[in-house]
Amino acid sequence: MDFLSYLINGLSLGSVYAIIALGYTMVYGIAKMLNFAHGDVIMVGAYVVFFAISSFHMPLAVGLLLSIAVCTVLGITIERLAYKPLRQASSLSVLITAIGVSYFLQNAAQLFWSSSTKVFPSVLSNGALQLGGLSISYLTLVTIGTCILVMACLMLFINHTSTGRAMRACSEDKGAATLMGINVNLIISITFAIGSGLAAIASVLLCAAYPSVYPTLGAMPGIKAFTAAVFGGIGSIPGAFLGGLLLGIIEIFAKAYISTQLSDAIVFAVLIIVLLIRPTGLLGRRIREKV
Amino acid sequence: MEQERKALLTVQDLGIDFGGLTAVNSLNLTVYDKEIAGLIGPNGAGKTTVFNMLTKVYEPTRGTILFDGQDTANQSVVDMSRAGIARTFQNIRLFSKLSVLDNVKAGFHNREAYSPASAVLRLPVFRKKEAVIEEEALKLLSIFSLSEEKDTLASNLPYGAQRRLEIARALATKPKLLLLDEPAAGMNPQETEELMDMIRSVRDRFAIAILLIEHDMKLVMGICERITVLNYGMMLAEGTPEEIRSNPDVIKAYLGE
Repeated sequence: MDFLSYLINGLSLGSVYAIIALGYTMVYGIAKMLNFAHGDVIMVGAYVVFFAISSFHMPLAVGLLLSIAVCTVLGITIERLAYKPLRQASSLSVLITAIGVSYFLQNAAQLFWSSSTKVFPSVLSNGALQLGGLSISYLTLVTIGTCILVMACLMLFINHTSTGRAMRACSEDKGAATLMGINVNLIISITFAIGSGLAAIASVLLCAAYPSVYPTLGAMPGIKAFTAAVFGGIGSIPGAFLGGLLLGIIEIFAKAYISTQLSDAIVFAVLIIVLLIRPTGLLGRRIREKV
Repeated sequence: MEQERKALLTVQDLGIDFGGLTAVNSLNLTVYDKEIAGLIGPNGAGKTTVFNMLTKVYEPTRGTILFDGQDTANQSVVDMSRAGIARTFQNIRLFSKLSVLDNVKAGFHNREAYSPASAVLRLPVFRKKEAVIEEEALKLLSIFSLSEEKDTLASNLPYGAQRRLEIARALATKPKLLLLDEPAAGMNPQETEELMDMIRSVRDRFAIAILLIEHDMKLVMGICERITVLNYGMMLAEGTPEEIRSNPDVIKAYLGE
């Protein structure tokens, strides 16, 4: 029973990682850059929901929609102002800029909202579903359900719509895509918008489980989700999903069976081992150098 | 007879410098409506550079490009595609991880655009447009005998089929002018023969002009109505295949003194 309950907790944590990892992997797949500010977009999303619910007494759904809207606009703005001017620059410049944007957001949050931790109101009922001897909280069910829904919608979008097709085309060859009349800048904006919108959803799930809001809130989940994306094969959407879930499960199992303190170290050790065996991640494609 | 035809593309005094190097200089080129024209020249003569300027991948340093009566200064690559110039590539650049059908559908992106929001909500406009794209894409595939392979990944197609798919994808953007960059590269004589028939039938069926770069002289002389010869970025000669074949400068450039 314990095992099953850990597994479900792992899936729940992993679902949050997966939703965040989708943002990393999509941006990497299309813009070919690691957006290290992604975690901090989650933080902004969390603050928006926090203020919407606590200060303005809005219902959760309205707070969530508002947060999605703010994060989407934030994501597009970051891309336009910080990354777009560097489209032709080396990937190292873009990477450093992303880290800069990350610090900027964290410090801006500290400036506006102070560094003190705010307690996120409990937004989902604390009830649990009893299944035999197993007790699964509603929050867990909502989290896993949201992740599956997000994943399904995203796969449909990517595989069966014109914009999704254009995104896949851009991910492969921006030059050829442009020559086919695809507006690559617009596609990159849409990618950032989707990734950031997903970050807003993740922020609510994250804060419902760990109810404290502070300026560096996004850093650790961001790094973990990035790890999940690399674990699954960065650039691959099913990879981010699989990597996120596995990472969550490994983390919870490590906490439960080995050591709470060492759980993060174990998570990253697993990543290193996987990358040693499969450098492109679990579902990543091997890149063949063209001669 | 040429004079009766409408000029689709008029290039005047076109030139481009890369740093201090002049890659193409004072090029004049006209392509008439529904004509098959050729651009030839020894390796490094600047032929692909001309294609890159016509599609605005490179911004010309000098000169003007008039397409369909419009000056194309300050137009972007996407603008040129919308205006009606499409191209294929010397080394095939298909979206190799997309299916054959999706490659062609990607070409329709601009023509049958609908907003991502309508796709998410599965509004009727989304379904109608997707249905149109599907139908037109399948029609194109059947013209290029690729219907059977529609769900194959582009990278898994045999070489000749990849070349056909590139042309199909370019036609999906509904061009008025199709630029073919060495369409016969890597083909055997039999395949080249089929390609010549295909290029002619594309011109007739889609009523478009075609400008092609090619090294295979049999193909160039066989299907081009007019040929422009480039050498070291300069225009060496221009004329019908017969005129080009007997032009002493051209013979010198190709065979040496």
